[in-house]
Parts: sequence; C-alpha cells; structure tokens
Amino acid sequence: MSPQHPGAERLPFTETALPGVDPAWSRTLTVAATAPVEPVAGRRRRWHVLDNADAIAASGRTPQGIVLAVHGNPTWSYLWRDVLRAAQEAERPWRVVAVDQLDMGFSERTGLFRRLEDRVQDLGDLTHALGIDDADVPVVTLAHDWGGLISQGWAQEHPEIHAATVLTNTAVHHDNAEPIPSALRLALNRAVHEPLTSGSTAFLDTTLALCDPTASKAVKRAYKAPYTSRERREGIAHFVADIPAAADHPSHAAYERIAGRMSAREVPTLLLWGTGDPVFQQRYLDDLMRRAPHADVHRFEGAKHLLPEARDIATPLLTWLDERFGGVGSVLAAHREQRSRGRADFVPFFAELDARRTDDSPAVVDMGPVATTVDGSAPSLNVERSVSWAQLSGSVDRLAVALLRTGVRPGDRVNLMVPPGSMLTTLIYACLRIGAVIVVADQGLGRKGLTRALRGSSPRWFIGIRKALVGARALGWPGTRISADAMDPVSKKLLGVTHTVAELMDSVTTVDQAEIPAVDADAEAAVLFTSGSTGPAKGVVYTHRQMAGMRDTIRDTYGLRAGTGLVAGFAPFALLGPALGAASVTPDMDVTSPKTLTARALAQATMAIRATAVFASPAAIANVLATADELSPAERDALARVDLMLSAGAPIPEELLTRLQELMPAAQLHTPYGMTEALPLTDVSLDVIRAAREDTQRGVEGAGRGVCVGTPVEGAQLGVLPLRADGSVSSEIVTTPGVTGEIVARAPHAKDHYDRLWITERASDLTPGWHRTGDVGHFDARERLWYEGRLAHVITMSHGPVSSVAAEHAAQTVPGVGRVAVVGVGPTGSQSAVAVIETVPAASGPALADAELSERVRATVDMATGLPVSAVLVIPEQPTDIRHNSKIDRAELSDWAERALATGKLSAL
Amino acid sequence: MSDDPTVSPRRSARDGRAAGNHDAASASSASAPRDSAVPGSARIADPERGGATTTGGVLDGSGRTVLVTGASGMLGGDVARVLLARGWRVRVFQRGHAPVAEREGVDEVLGSVTDPEDVARALDGVDDVVHLAAKVSFTGAWEEFVRVNVTGTRVLLCQAQNAGVKNVVFVSSPSVAHTGVSIEGAGAEPADPGKARGNYARSKAAAELLALSMDGQRDLKVAAVRPHIVWGPGDTQLVERVADRAAAGRMPNLDHGAAMIDTTYIDNASEGIVRALERIDVVHGRALVLTNGEPRPVGELIARMCRATGSEAPTRSIPGGLARLAGKVIETVWPHLPAKLRTGDGEPPMTEFLAEQLSTAHWFDQRETRELLDWTPSVSLDEGFSRLAAYYQDHPRPNRRTGSVSLDRVEDVADEQRARAEESSVASGEESGNATTDLQSVRTVV
Repeated sequence: MSPQHPGAERLPFTETALPGVDPAWSRTLTVAATAPVEPVAGRRRRWHVLDNADAIAASGRTPQGIVLAVHGNPTWSYLWRDVLRAAQEAERPWRVVAVDQLDMGFSERTGLFRRLEDRVQDLGDLTHALGIDDADVPVVTLAHDWGGLISQGWAQEHPEIHAATVLTNTAVHHDNAEPIPSALRLALNRAVHEPLTSGSTAFLDTTLALCDPTASKAVKRAYKAPYTSRERREGIAHFVADIPAAADHPSHAAYERIAGRMSAREVPTLLLWGTGDPVFQQRYLDDLMRRAPHADVHRFEGAKHLLPEARDIATPLLTWLDERFGGVGSVLAAHREQRSRGRADFVPFFAELDARRTDDSPAVVDMGPVATTVDGSAPSLNVERSVSWAQLSGSVDRLAVALLRTGVRPGDRVNLMVPPGSMLTTLIYACLRIGAVIVVADQGLGRKGLTRALRGSSPRWFIGIRKALVGARALGWPGTRISADAMDPVSKKLLGVTHTVAELMDSVTTVDQAEIPAVDADAEAAVLFTSGSTGPAKGVVYTHRQMAGMRDTIRDTYGLRAGTGLVAGFAPFALLGPALGAASVTPDMDVTSPKTLTARALAQATMAIRATAVFASPAAIANVLATADELSPAERDALARVDLMLSAGAPIPEELLTRLQELMPAAQLHTPYGMTEALPLTDVSLDVIRAAREDTQRGVEGAGRGVCVGTPVEGAQLGVLPLRADGSVSSEIVTTPGVTGEIVARAPHAKDHYDRLWITERASDLTPGWHRTGDVGHFDARERLWYEGRLAHVITMSHGPVSSVAAEHAAQTVPGVGRVAVVGVGPTGSQSAVAVIETVPAASGPALADAELSERVRATVDMATGLPVSAVLVIPEQPTDIRHNSKIDRAELSDWAERALATGKLSAL
Repeated sequence: MSDDPTVSPRRSARDGRAAGNHDAASASSASAPRDSAVPGSARIADPERGGATTTGGVLDGSGRTVLVTGASGMLGGDVARVLLARGWRVRVFQRGHAPVAEREGVDEVLGSVTDPEDVARALDGVDDVVHLAAKVSFTGAWEEFVRVNVTGTRVLLCQAQNAGVKNVVFVSSPSVAHTGVSIEGAGAEPADPGKARGNYARSKAAAELLALSMDGQRDLKVAAVRPHIVWGPGDTQLVERVADRAAAGRMPNLDHGAAMIDTTYIDNASEGIVRALERIDVVHGRALVLTNGEPRPVGELIARMCRATGSEAPTRSIPGGLARLAGKVIETVWPHLPAKLRTGDGEPPMTEFLAEQLSTAHWFDQRETRELLDWTPSVSLDEGFSRLAAYYQDHPRPNRRTGSVSLDRVEDVADEQRARAEESSVASGEESGNATTDLQSVRTVV
C-alpha cells in the first residue's frame, strides 16, 4: 500500500522520507492555548495533525465517525499512519485525526513545561478548533503510552461526544504498592534523565527498539525526524519528568482524578495490548480491565511496547468500530445467542461429591512407584494415598470455606500448579465450589510457554507444590502464593508463601453450607490452555454450565456410570472422575511426559480400584505397548478386565490399536477427537476404524483420505465449511460426503471464549453458534468424519488446496520411514508439497533423502492420494509438542523446509 | 488422446485425488493442470500434439513456413522436429550444418544472425519464426553478448518485419528476471537487464524486452518463452557432463543439495515452444516460464541423472557461501589467465552465478503458462528419467576422466544447449553497425 512514488512520502518540515504517510493528510493550524502553563492565556500555538478527512471527502464518502488518535512519548502522529490509511480505505470509512502534541512531533516547541493538566487542556483546545466538539458523529479516542491518560482526561471533559475508548499499551494509574518498572525508573533518575531524554536520542532509540518485529531503518528515521536537536527533544524530557511517581508530584492530583473517573463512565472499550512491553506490563492491563470490566481485550503475544508499529491494529480496530457503530452487529453476541446450551437443567460439576458425603469407598487413589517382585509372583500394590468419597467431600467443603475466609472471591482466578492426584482433585473441586476460576496450565507448555500463559491470565492466587513455588518466585508468576505442600516458616518466607493448604484445612473445623455461595452456571469456571502446537498457547475459558456439559457428554457417550473405576492417565480427563461419580486412580508416571507411563504402572493402577476404564494419551499407549513384556500374569489379567479405553490428543494408527486390543481383549478401544476448546467432539472405536478402512477399499463415498474419527458424541453437531481454491473457507455448513472443509462444531461443552483474545475469539465465532476448529476434514456417506489435518497446514497447490494427513499416512507405510509430516513451501496458491520424514533407524542429522527413498515415498503417496511430492527431507526426529508428544509442529517444520529448499542448506531443526 | 474435459469432482474424490476438488472454483480451473501435475500418471500423449487438450483456436502449420534459428542445438533441433510433425515447412538457420536439416521437409540456410543479409535470405517466404540462436556462456566480453544476443535479435526482428513475417516466438531464459534471490513458486516476472545476473542473462533480458516491444508493430506478433533447465537423452551439456564429472569424482553437491529447482524435459520444452506459436493469438506480448512443474532438490536430480547414465552419485559438498566467494574470485581472474591454464571446456570451474543457481531455489508457478497455452507437459520427470536410462543403455558412457576442472552447468542449459547453434550462427569478427547502438541502448536500460 504505502510505496508510492518517492516524493509522496515527504512532508515540508523535514528532509527525511516518511514511509507510509500521505502528504495530503498533513495539516497545520494555530490554536489559542488555554492551558494553565501558558503565561498569557489565548496565546496562539501551531499544531501539526495528520487528518484523512479531505481524502475521504475526495472519494465522495462520509465518515462513520471520528477517531481521535493521541500518541505517547516519544512518538508522534506517524504512529497512526496505518490506521489513517485503513480507515480511509475501509468500506465504511472513519475520519482519523492523529495529533502531534505540543512540543512533540512537528507541532510547536513552546519552551514551556507542559504537564498532564496542560496537555488535556491543549487537546481540548485543538478539538474545539477543529470543530470536533460540534461534530454530530461518534468520537472514539485511540491512544498509546501516555496518550492514554491524556485521551482519558479529554474524554472526561467531553462526555457528550466521546463514544468509545481504544487503548494500546498504556496506563492510567500506577498502584504505588508495586515499584515503577525499572525501565522508567532509570529514565526518571535525575542524574540520567537529561542525557537520556533530551541530551541524546537514547530514550527515542530505546523506545523504537521496543518493537517486535523490529521496525525498518527508514521507519526509525521517520520516528526520529521531528527530534533532531536538544531543543526539539525537550518535550520528551518533560514528558518523562511528568510521570507522577509520587504523591507530592505536581501532576499527581490530575492523574488520580482521571484514573478515578475512568471507571465511572461505561463506554465501549477496546484494549489492544502487546505482551512483551517492559514498561506497560500485564499489571497495567489488569488495572485497565478492572476499571473497564466490559472491555473487549486482545493481547498480542510477543508484541512489545510499540504495538501499533509491530502488529496490524487497524483491521481489528475498524472491525470493532463497525460492530459498535456501523450497525453490522457483533459476531460475539450473535455467537453467544445461537450456541448450544444443552437440553438438561444445570447440575453443578461437583454435584456427585455432595451425593456421596457418607460413602467410604475410595474416590481418588494415588499410586506410588511400581513395586517389583523378584520371583514374578503377584506384586503388592504400592498405593501412596487413598481418599474415600466421604473424605474427599469433607476436604473439599473445608478447603472451600477456608479459601473464602482467606479472601478468595467468586470469579477470582486461582492458578493450580499441582500434579494430578488427590490433592489436585481436592483443590479443583474446592475452587469450583466457591465459584473461583481454576487456571490449569500444565508443564507441557514448557517453562517459557507456561510463564507466558500464567502472566497473561492474571491469576490472583497461586496454589502450587514447592517446585512450582520456586518457579513462581524465579519466573515471577503472578498471584498470592499458597503452598500445596507442608512448609516450614523459613521456606514460606523465602518463597513468599502466605498459607499452606494444610493450614487452611486445619483452620476450618465445621462447615456451614450457607457460608458457601451458589455458583452462577454462566460464570467463568476454568481457564485451560491449548497445547501450543498451533502457535502460542491460548487460554480457553469454560463456564460452569460448559464444564457440566463436558461431564455429561463423556458420561452419556461412554456410559460411564457412578461407581465405575477409571485410570486417569490423561490430564484433562483426570479431573472428571469425581464429577462422574467414578473412582479414579492416578498411575505412577511423570505427568509432564505421557510417554513415561509403563504397562506395569497402568496395570497396577487398574488393580488398585478394579478399574474398568482407562484414559491415556497416544504417547502413553505407545509406551505401554513397548513395555508390555514386563507384565506379570496377574497384571495381564488386570488389563484384560478393562472394558473401556479412551485415548485423546492425537489419532492412533489402527495397527497400534490392534496391538493394544491384544493387551486389553475385553476393552472397547475409543479414540475421541476433540480439542481444548471442545472435548470430545466425535468418538470412534477400533471396530469403526476397521469398518471405515473396509469402506475405503469398497469405495464408499467419502471414505478414505484422512483419519476416520467417527461420529459426533452425545450433544455435539458437526459440519464442514468447504475449502476454496486459495485455502480459505466458504460460509455454508455442509455434511456432504467427500467435501473437505474446516470442521465446525456446535456443542454444549464447547468453550465459552478465548481468554483476552478478542480477535481470535471473533474469528472462531464467524459461523455464529458454531466453533471453528481450525481443523479440516470431511464426512463419508456413513456420516463418519475424516480428519485431514489443520486448516493452517493445508497446502495450496496450483490445482487446489490439499490437506496433508492422508499423504502422511501413506508415506509412513514405506519401509524404513518413521513419522512423516507433509508441508507446503512457496507462495499461497502455487505451493509445493514436501515430505519431511523420520527414518528407522533415525538419521544423525537433517539430510536430503537419497534418490531411491525419495522415489519410493513419492510413488507411495501418489498412489494413495495423487499428491505430487516435490522433495523428501530426512530429519532425526520430528519436533512435537511436549503435552502430547504427538502433535508435530508443522509451522516450524514448513519454515525449516522452506529455508532448506530455498537456500540448499539443511540447518539443524 | 485428449483429456476428459468433464472430470466430475465426485469421481476425483473416489480416485483419492487431492482435496478441494469439490470446490467450484478449483473444479472450474482444474481441467488442465491437475492430472498432469501428478507424477507417474502423465499421459504419454501424442508426441506430435504434446498434452494439448483442445485444438480449437490454434495456429495451423499446414501451408506455413517457419524459420528456426539455432537449430544445431538439442532444443533447436527438437523444436524443428515438432514443427515439422505439426505440418509446418521448416527452414533452419545457423552457422554450421544442423543434423535436423537432413530430415525431409527441412531446408537449411547457413549464416549469422547479426548479418542482415544472411538473415534476409533466411527469412525469404517465411511466415513464422522461432528464435533460439544466442551466445551462451558464463564468461566473455559484455560487448560480445550484446552483439549476438541483442543486436542479433534486433536484426532478426527488423528483417522479419520487412519480410512480412507474422509471428515470432523468442526463446528466452528465466534468468532474465532472476536477481539473485531464490525463486519459489513465482510466475514470469518482467525481464530486468539492470538486475539480472551475469552478462548472458543481462543481454538476454535486454533482448527479450526488445523482442516484446516489437509485438503489435506492423502486424507482427511476438511472444517469449523461457524454458528452465532443459535436459534429455543425448544431452551433452548437462546430462553427460554430470555423468562424466560424477564418474571422475568431481561433481560437488552444493551444500546438502537441497535447493529445489524446476527442470524441463526436452520434449516438453520443444512442445511448449511450438505450442506458444500455435497459441500466439493468446500469448503474444507476454513472456512465459516453461518447466515440467515438478520441482526437485538439485541433489536428487543429479543423483537420478547419474543413475540413469550409470555413474556414481556425488557425495562431496561445498558450502554455498564458500562456493559463491570462490566463484566471484575465479570469475574475476579467469579471463586474464593464460589459455594453457584454462583447461577443459574453457569455462571457469565455478562462477558466482552458477554457484548461486545451484544453491538457491528456482521453481515456478506454472498455472498461467498452462492456462495460456492450454497445454500441459506430456512427459513426467519419472518418464523422462526412464527414457534417459533406456537411451544410455543403448549408448553407454565411456568411463573416462575428462581432465577438466570445470563444473557442469545446471542452470540455463536450455541456452547452453543452443551454444553449439550459436557458435555456428555467430559471424566471427565482423562488427555490425547495429551492435554499437544496441550497446548504448542496453547501457541506458542498465
């Protein structure tokens, strides 16, 4: 858009080119200044603004309203150039007036120290002069950095025309309980303040560096163009010095007043936030969200301080404005209205606990390390802990009351960092009971992913085992800390722990049920996280009604009645046992690594409660099969009694299931398909998988080309949005056999929303009432769904879009080939398919497959799917997510393959 | 044999063809490229027709005379053969005798493309021209490239106009738009004499611009076709050099040989060029990149060529960056070396241009080409390699050491193959008055 003929991007004030600026926007005007700082009131000051009004008028259109864009320090109106352009080119245009504040940008250097109060007044003088005050269209403030406070001050002075607030990486209030961010503290220090801010371009340079991806040199030059000398930079210095760090600061009163009034007026609010900002950190977003709880929030993962520079904020902004003021209606609202709420009345997730207050049979059992016997006789089971229903119910009640008394309120987020087992179960149910929102981020996200997820979801409370508390201290995980482990006073102090769970439990002797408030079925209940194999982990929020929906779906689909015993070897389902009224046992394994579950550990867990149902991940199953030789006869018998086996997370090949069936001959083997946003959506058993394969061979319409994931579970509706040639999807939901498209689902147990990801949430709701899964697949003539991979991984070849799963399965059948990922390289619409394979035995490093192997893989894939594979690359091991050990990171792979095939260099992955 | 134009999406689905066939947009546009893009299943079409799916709206060769310049090379000769089979009377024009001229229906004029009189003689009674003659080399004086490639093209086209020629297909090279970065799935970008790499590509870029600028002048229609890396049986330029170097243990595999490149099997190249002439009403004024549409890592291509010719595949690897640096040095020093030190075929062992070509991706989006030509290649890579193997079973390579230090060219073999043609068509020594003008005009473009 921006590169026009070179002269077009210059303004008369500077020799420096200003990429992206249309000179037609530039406007100067003189305005009578009434700010208190002016020695002579009414002194005329020269302002520079970028204003697209004329450009819109020239195209013969009328703007929907006015966006008053206020920059911070040390930027200028240049920050908003993309917004100006997008707003002007939009179908329903908006006038954007981006100001250069006095002493900043190309506005006048007044030589006065303009403080917050002055700047609010200045902005009022300007909007008055521009006629904005008398406009009969909505005025929306858009601000960044300290522009946030100034724009809020202005909004409070102009309530009759101010219609909405949009803020990006800013703060309206600093809670003095927390220290000012170190980056700012340095700038405020008297000794360094002058040299940093006006004496040199250091402050400018530092700010411009807070942009990810890095701004180009030309753009950086443009930002610095108005600040070429000490005199021209004085405004920057004053801005920094005006940060009201202490109560005796001259601007403190104005500051407190503006911040205080923000909560008083509820106008539509959009908060767009770069998460990597060392100055305006998450706590400032939390503060804004407290002041505007109704705000739509989107956190841009990885973006730093200069968010408007690093990310496209214009598109979501205009979409939001359109929904608010353009009469097009809110996608989220339509989605909420039309989605499934389930047929049955709401029964709280924890209802089974209440029903079993007097039941002394085991509810939750934790297994210790596998006991071995030398002579192969039946081993004694190493049960580490066994909690009866009566005990569990009592503990949950006591802990619920204790948490309330400690200050945990309904709606408070509580981060639980406790491994699966009886302690986690107690904590989860106690939190849900009082309406506290559980935040469950497993270590499968990795340390960085975990920190990102936790910071982003702002839990008020942190309950963890010692190791987690150490991490919390070291990595700055938020929340008031409660220890799940018993802890001595020294450790408590060291780790900043306020309470231990044991202390809390002991503090409550009798429970008065009246003390526990009833839960609101439609209030938030849990925040779970996606695995991160498809981009940064997203927080997924469930309400109590949706949690209950998940329980009911599992119960009704698999006939899991109260009294069943189940092995909880798969984290998301581990919390379901008590809700189902089923006794659950946690096998001995490293829960952070599913593949550590051994056959013996599984068998012993089964024996401990005579479990007949097993939940395990695909990676765990692979290891169970690999270690099956170690089983004693008694253990084999225990597994032979299992009648239901559930494995979710990733598809399991039929061959693996067949081997598992030998180990569990009585079991129905099910591999439900679903995702963190809706689990499960379909169910498929080994029998159905076999039938589907036979149907493929018989040529049943739609059978084949992917992984058969079966039919919808109880309560779920599924369909697909057919793929278009460019890889995008159509809007009509179909279930026509053989038609490939994005899988959409409507179910009472689908997520409520993505946490603080307004743009992502809206995208997933574009088919109102349905969740867009981001997966692709198709139905066959027997109403079975076939999964074909991720929408983002669809390869857009010149003959149309192609999903990869069928090709991958075909390639895996070539002797000597391990796991395969088929990815696209090249531009959309003319991509080329590349097979990235593991070999057996594994290669020592990345390499081009030799010509024979390449031909075999190519011919096999061609035969099975008709997909032309251009290159076959060998890697030692596929990059996978930690949680499931099974989802291949195709985004990373395709980047790598693209690089390798473009440059010829096979770098390490 | 012609493709069933009414492939139903349903049938495709049963066949297990790629997803999305059901989509209206893809179904409507998929008639030509889909099946042919699938290796191993390419129709072995009527060799005289290529994979063309329709015969409507095409130029019919019967009763017409076509001039092929540079027909002593592999590609030029094959183009002449295909034209002949499609009903054209064929005349070939180059400096020395071309084997194809021995066929019935082919007559031959010998001469230089830079000599207006020679050219006028060759053009007498000609309706259409396929212009392949060019100077192809990785070294040499800039003036010489301009003289043959730019001036030669100018002379030919001007004389063609005078002679009342109607249609010209200018055979070019994708390197005319290649500025040194990798090409992945790109279409035919405009030729850029200022940014193209090396004297050959720059002069061809200028020539292509010149040729296309004459499209529409005085009823003349001009199209440019850029085949990318042409190879086939009996190809002394690429296939046999690869085989010989590999046998001698001299064929380094740049980096890991992973750079993905498009190539064109000889039959597809000549059929595509002829098809451009047949479809001149649609493609005139344009440049089209022509390939098999089956990109492969360069290492795999070389290995398969070696296997087809019965030689050992290379295992040596020179990092691309190092090779590029070495190439730069050699390129600079080479022309100044005494002739006796320049052993082998007279080319430097590895020029920077060549290193870059072998270590960066070069593959193209063939949708536009196939749509405009209404044609798809008839010989898949697999089929091409088996034809290659069959040929070399009958014509085994002597297991000899070449004694050359030069490295084979993979890039622009299409042009290299015309080298012989060029050698015979370039008038030696004599300066054409036009050359000076063209030098200046190219300089101003550059």
